[in-house]
Amino acid sequence: MVARALFTRDDVLAILDGVMDPEVPVLSVRELGIVRDVTIGDDGSVRVTVTPTYSGCPAIRVIEQDIVSALQAAGIAEVQVATTYSPAWTSDWIPVEARAKLKAYGIAPPGRAASPDGDLVQLMRARPSAQCPYCDSRETEVRSEFGSTACKSVCWCRACGQPFEEFKAI
Amino acid sequence: MTPPSVVPAPREAPIALFEYLLRLGDDRLVLGHRLSEWCGHGPILEEDIATSNIALDLLGQATMFLRFAGEVEGKGRDEDALAYFREVVDFRNCHMVELPRGDFAFTTARQFFFDVHAVVLLDALSRSTNASLAAIAAKSLKEAKYHVRHSGEWMLKLGDGTEESHRRVQKAVDDLWRFTPELFAVDDVDAALVGEGTVPDMATLEPQWSSLVRDVIARATLTLPHDVVRAPRMRGGRTGAHTEHLGHMLAEMQIVARSHPGATW
Repeated sequence: MVARALFTRDDVLAILDGVMDPEVPVLSVRELGIVRDVTIGDDGSVRVTVTPTYSGCPAIRVIEQDIVSALQAAGIAEVQVATTYSPAWTSDWIPVEARAKLKAYGIAPPGRAASPDGDLVQLMRARPSAQCPYCDSRETEVRSEFGSTACKSVCWCRACGQPFEEFKAI
Repeated sequence: MTPPSVVPAPREAPIALFEYLLRLGDDRLVLGHRLSEWCGHGPILEEDIATSNIALDLLGQATMFLRFAGEVEGKGRDEDALAYFREVVDFRNCHMVELPRGDFAFTTARQFFFDVHAVVLLDALSRSTNASLAAIAAKSLKEAKYHVRHSGEWMLKLGDGTEESHRRVQKAVDDLWRFTPELFAVDDVDAALVGEGTVPDMATLEPQWSSLVRDVIARATLTLPHDVVRAPRMRGGRTGAHTEHLGHMLAEMQIVARSHPGATW
């Protein structure tokens, strides 16, 4: 008897909806746009193609292990994770619903990423200030573009006096 | 018997591409390590975190370039083998990135010169006819753009800041200027790759770099040394002739991997 593929591509995507990012645990790896493709082989093996958010993101290995563990726990024996760099990850891939989850978690969602055609060297961020996730004020400033993880900057709200993190737009 | 050829044979493209990828990867590996030395020693908490973040980005970029280099070489070496088990003469980074980290002004000025070079070069490489190289460059370019925003703003703050910050960053610029020509030096490795559009002609990028650098230097109320200072041309890194500093740095960077080869954690 030949083993049949028991899992469809949609089944696999549904399982991946339950794999959360280790550093921003309110978003799944799909909502973050890390999962780029899923293919099912004739033998039922699953190949998941991922792309890193930042090239040095230390969480990517954990994410790959979490994906393999989740699919194996669901009963898929053969799981491969491949990496692609093109197209380069952009925060623009995070959908509207996921942005609301970020805000509710206390992280200001990213603005629109700068156009790749913009000036190569910009000394100031060419975009509106972040909206405070606590009081919704736009009277905020970036204290540092570098925060607790590569994907976040540190901001401060002049209206409510609350420091907060912003998901960087790249 | 064939007499030995006095004209070196032209490099074949795969070897040239391997060498070129080592240059890109090693610049980022070595500079990333130098930046990581600030972890726990930054002048303020935000800069401690920023330098560590940028170091991590550079190590990530080095990983991509060196992994690809290992694939091109085809001898089974991965990015860790290339980072931890090559000798100092096998490293292909430029001299500027291997110099000790100095004070914060020196680190900032070096980072600024490097970051402007990175955005200009990666932008050109993102249009490479080699799809893998173009993809890695496009990914890295996004990061280089906010790196140069960070180092450029600090050039303005330090240059147009206090008397002491101005003096220190001016000295850093003066000390580093003679190391910058190596960023644009070309040899037969470039020549083998420019023709097919794999890599850009560096001569066409230098004016862009120079113009961007001079703009920020002027706004920071700093001055560049007269170009004659660039004349001695500190170079040799691309062919493995390094300053005395790189060996010491590698000894520290490589000791754990070499003491416990194959260890995982």
